[in-house]
Amino acid sequence: MSVQSRARLARIRTFIDSLNLPAVYLILVITFVTAYLLTTLFGRGDFLSSSTLTNMMVRSVALGIVAVGQTFVILGASIDLSVAYLISVTAVMASYIMQGETSNIPLALAVVLGIGVVVGTVNGLIVTRLKVNPLITTLGTGLVMHGILNASFDNFVGAVPSSFQVLGYDNVGPVPVSVLLLATVVLLGNFILQRTTFGAHLYSVGGSEETARLSGVRTSRVIIGAHIICSLTAVLTGLFIVSRTGAGAPWLGPDGVYDLESIAVTVLGGTALSGGKGGVWGTIAGVFIFAILATLFNQIGMDTYLRQVLRGLIIIIAVAAYQYRSKEQAA
Amino acid sequence: MTDTTSGQPKPSQPVLVMRGITKRFPGVLALNDVSLECYAGEVHAIVGENGAGKSTLMKILVGAYQPDSGEIVLNGRPVHFRHPREAQSSSLSIIYQEFNLLPDRTVAQNIFMGREPVRRGLIDNRAMVERTQELLAQLKADHYIRPNMLIRQLSVAQQQIVEIAKSLSFEARVLVMDEPTAALSPSEIEILFRIVEDLKKRGIALVYISHRFNEIFQIADRVTVLKDGERVATRDINDVTASGLVHLMVGRELSQYYPPYAKSEDIGAPFVTIQNGGNARLHNINLELRRGEVVGVAGLQGSGRTELARAIFGAEPFTSGTITINGKTVRIDRPRSAIQSNIGLLTEDRKQEGLALKQSVRDNVLLAQRALRGIFSRVTRKAHEDASQLVERVDVRSAGLDQQVQYLSGGNQQKVVLAKWLATDVDLLIFDEPTRGIDVNAKSNIHEIIRQLAQAGKAVLMISSELPEVIGMGDRILVMRDGTIAGELPKGPEETEIMLLATGEQVSI
Amino acid sequence: MMTLNAQTLATLRQRLRWLGAIPPIYVVLIALFVWIWILNPNFSQSTVFLSFLRRATPLLILAAGQLFVIVSGGFDLSVGSLITLTVLGSAVMLDNDPSRTWWVISVMYLIGIGVGLFNAFVVNVLRVSSFIGTLGMLLALKGLALYWSSGAPAGYLPDNFRIFGRGVVEDVPLLGRLPYAVIVLIVFATIAIFIYHGTSLGKLIKTVGDNPQAARLSGVRVSWVRTIAFVTSSVSAVTAGILLGGFAGVSTNVGDGYELEAISAVVLGGAVLLGGQGSVPNAIAGALTLRALFTLLNLLGLSAPVRFVVQGIIIIGAAAYAAYSMRRSSK
Repeated sequence: MSVQSRARLARIRTFIDSLNLPAVYLILVITFVTAYLLTTLFGRGDFLSSSTLTNMMVRSVALGIVAVGQTFVILGASIDLSVAYLISVTAVMASYIMQGETSNIPLALAVVLGIGVVVGTVNGLIVTRLKVNPLITTLGTGLVMHGILNASFDNFVGAVPSSFQVLGYDNVGPVPVSVLLLATVVLLGNFILQRTTFGAHLYSVGGSEETARLSGVRTSRVIIGAHIICSLTAVLTGLFIVSRTGAGAPWLGPDGVYDLESIAVTVLGGTALSGGKGGVWGTIAGVFIFAILATLFNQIGMDTYLRQVLRGLIIIIAVAAYQYRSKEQAA
Repeated sequence: MTDTTSGQPKPSQPVLVMRGITKRFPGVLALNDVSLECYAGEVHAIVGENGAGKSTLMKILVGAYQPDSGEIVLNGRPVHFRHPREAQSSSLSIIYQEFNLLPDRTVAQNIFMGREPVRRGLIDNRAMVERTQELLAQLKADHYIRPNMLIRQLSVAQQQIVEIAKSLSFEARVLVMDEPTAALSPSEIEILFRIVEDLKKRGIALVYISHRFNEIFQIADRVTVLKDGERVATRDINDVTASGLVHLMVGRELSQYYPPYAKSEDIGAPFVTIQNGGNARLHNINLELRRGEVVGVAGLQGSGRTELARAIFGAEPFTSGTITINGKTVRIDRPRSAIQSNIGLLTEDRKQEGLALKQSVRDNVLLAQRALRGIFSRVTRKAHEDASQLVERVDVRSAGLDQQVQYLSGGNQQKVVLAKWLATDVDLLIFDEPTRGIDVNAKSNIHEIIRQLAQAGKAVLMISSELPEVIGMGDRILVMRDGTIAGELPKGPEETEIMLLATGEQVSI
Repeated sequence: MMTLNAQTLATLRQRLRWLGAIPPIYVVLIALFVWIWILNPNFSQSTVFLSFLRRATPLLILAAGQLFVIVSGGFDLSVGSLITLTVLGSAVMLDNDPSRTWWVISVMYLIGIGVGLFNAFVVNVLRVSSFIGTLGMLLALKGLALYWSSGAPAGYLPDNFRIFGRGVVEDVPLLGRLPYAVIVLIVFATIAIFIYHGTSLGKLIKTVGDNPQAARLSGVRVSWVRTIAFVTSSVSAVTAGILLGGFAGVSTNVGDGYELEAISAVVLGGAVLLGGQGSVPNAIAGALTLRALFTLLNLLGLSAPVRFVVQGIIIIGAAAYAAYSMRRSSK
């Protein structure tokens, strides 16, 4: 290699380093390129078409919104396994209240957002006051929601007016409304984390609750706040989903495995399960990686169930890999 | 020795006064009527052996503990801190050995944690960075530490500077530093000293806890010696020598009765030999252990005593050198190998590492035996009887063998750990601080038992920070310093002999 | 006339002291049985009671296995999916051919052992928390099960397979018709009780759950102990699957939710969620209590999903209690 090209390579490397991107973006690029190659060779070959890309984006919206919320709680060294059931509750309640009438939309929104706040607060209180492990806490509250929901409904409920389905199907120019929603949530989430005191305190509490407390941070409030934010994003996802399906049903949340997948993409995006490190940009990259993989599996015709096997294994590998990496850094 | 006057007259009023501080813990009087004065612009060193009360005194100063009696006067006004946060906002800061920094946050974010500057409802990043920059500039560290660097990217010495900057941001007038140079290289120490000189010029009073005499003589203006919870002396640094300090720190009558030493005919041939043992924290470890002999291990905190114990036991194994047991070379790479070679370790922290607190006395006593015999070995009546016998032999007081060990007193818990090892027919027993946190009567009890074990033919290695205990029990004494064995003393040495070896002051008396 | 003097009272009190040592779960169990009997006097008939017992045996066996993992300080959330895998896989492999039954059962047990070993690997070597690790396996195994049966209840289970879950032994003295399932339960429980209480295994598991550091420093092979615990749990899942396939037939969601029921049962029976305490009989009693509770809810006219609410509350309550007692004992 000549001296000039070596120098040029070094300049490029310095530039990339200075961007301070999480490692996940490298994985994203690799995944994208691999998927492109594989689908061109073995699949339908239209990977770069606008319809495929748009589909990928829309597929990212549901998981992406709730993953932003999950990022908040994981940053605080907590976690939320109840999101899938909250998504179902939202979808069902929204559909039930709207009953196909546009005039009911505001009431429906108020109710589901209210439920989100309540669920988030309950989760946060149990974790901070009763000091119950967050995995168990949110598993428990999820179960309670599951029980109440299934005891009341067992099929599609109510209907969503077509005016609301704008969220699920319409575009603003070339961009789907839902993608705009996702972008808003991501930008807002990032803003809160980087620019507000709450965000700074969330990182501190996740890094070390004791140190944060010694510095005067009100740790309980921060964690409860993170849980409320997570629940609200779950509500938004639920609203998006029901705007696409047209009516709510109790199985919508669990079917999409939003609990485990939101955790997986957050960890994949570089947010440490132990808290204090990471952010929404990494999570979104993780979401895109999952969307690309889903499209890839679709195009090459991989069996639906094998995909599920892979999903489960990827979660384990992602957590293991990041644990290994953080241990290396500590050494 | 530096010139300590530095052109400034000594202010008449001390900026910090601690008067008549007394603190009792269950079973021990940690501080007894201790007083201390610090003046602005001076470095006041505090020395004392382990357990003399230095850290307790500092914890009381910053409000982590409450004194039983006494008062603290800061800047002429009495203060009473209920929490370290209050101390910090009152211009009193302490820098511990373990820093309170978050590795994944930046320098600026760490310094202003909890009090981030705000503008129009949002964090004013620019102001935060600017102020951090100023603080770093004050410490002349701004060309290699930037406000946006992550703590993780900084060396230990640089992190320490961040801690100092944090104290300055609270406008500290009194700064306490606890063993600040423990993890620093010589060049980093020089940088720290320059910063300390700067702080002195700015009128900050520094309390400097250390056992490194050469540093104290380089940087301190006055030194206070604590011994057994009492202030023994406060001297101007020009008026003392290193050996003088050592004599002040130790030297007491052996008031407690210890069992008689082993007679030389009762001591067997070397049974465990370590040659050139070394790992990340130890080097050049050469020692021999004999049956019937109690070998004491002394040394300052951080000298490697616990590391030695854990290395022999395989918990943090040797990576070089050889271990020979009864003539055969063995590889001890994990605790199980050591146990199979009949070695047992009573750790420093029995609750964390020696006992399963929610399990019964019997189950704890039989733990190692069951581990050795195999996971599916049968639970036998004989084993239960053995447990009862052992418990009696070491005299564990409990409400029965089924009681959970968490409810036993410290002394009895220690005896349970001992019984556990006796149940596996150990030949070498290593004790790490065997009587820490145990009341006086139980202490004697344990000393008796240790001597009996030696008389029964076991080899004993006993690490202790209590010099009287090491002297009273050790048939010979190994003194550790900086990760190796600095020297060996025969039985019954003077405390000063041990301390001199431990601190590295080769001074002839 | 009898005079009650102080001595008689004291003797009486001493004789009855053993009553205080009875674990509360049995008291609760008896109370529930009584309540059920009041609502449905047929309950005391041996046919009805044994039928109740037969339907409960899968959970009883599962709880006995889950106990091992919980006492060791972990969780095994993969058992429900393993049940589904057992049923669907057996159906596909057997395809109604009774001559294959025995080797199919053997293959299933081998698979179960393999899953247990893998779970142990994830925890011991990859150092992923058992909660997340087995949660990932829950997904992966379910996907595998569906893949194997191509998404639908395929194949058919022959009678000599189904006899374990469905069959009864006629003309048993005193009891009348004794279900095979109960026999399987007795055999399994005996083995479990023997290896847990009759060998050092139980004590070693307790120590590993209580303080793994101390255990390791006392020579315990912590990794092996955990491995045995996970394998036991998986084997119990395969057994439960065989029974469930017997009387419930082949369906794609036969095992859903069983993992949480098993954990609730173990916790009800007094095992502490942080590990270190628990016994096999009490876990079985806890499972019986849970089934009795569900039966009671049924009789009271509450719909099935209410069980989830109950489970959620039990799990959170148990964890809160564990956290509370740990804080108290460390003071």
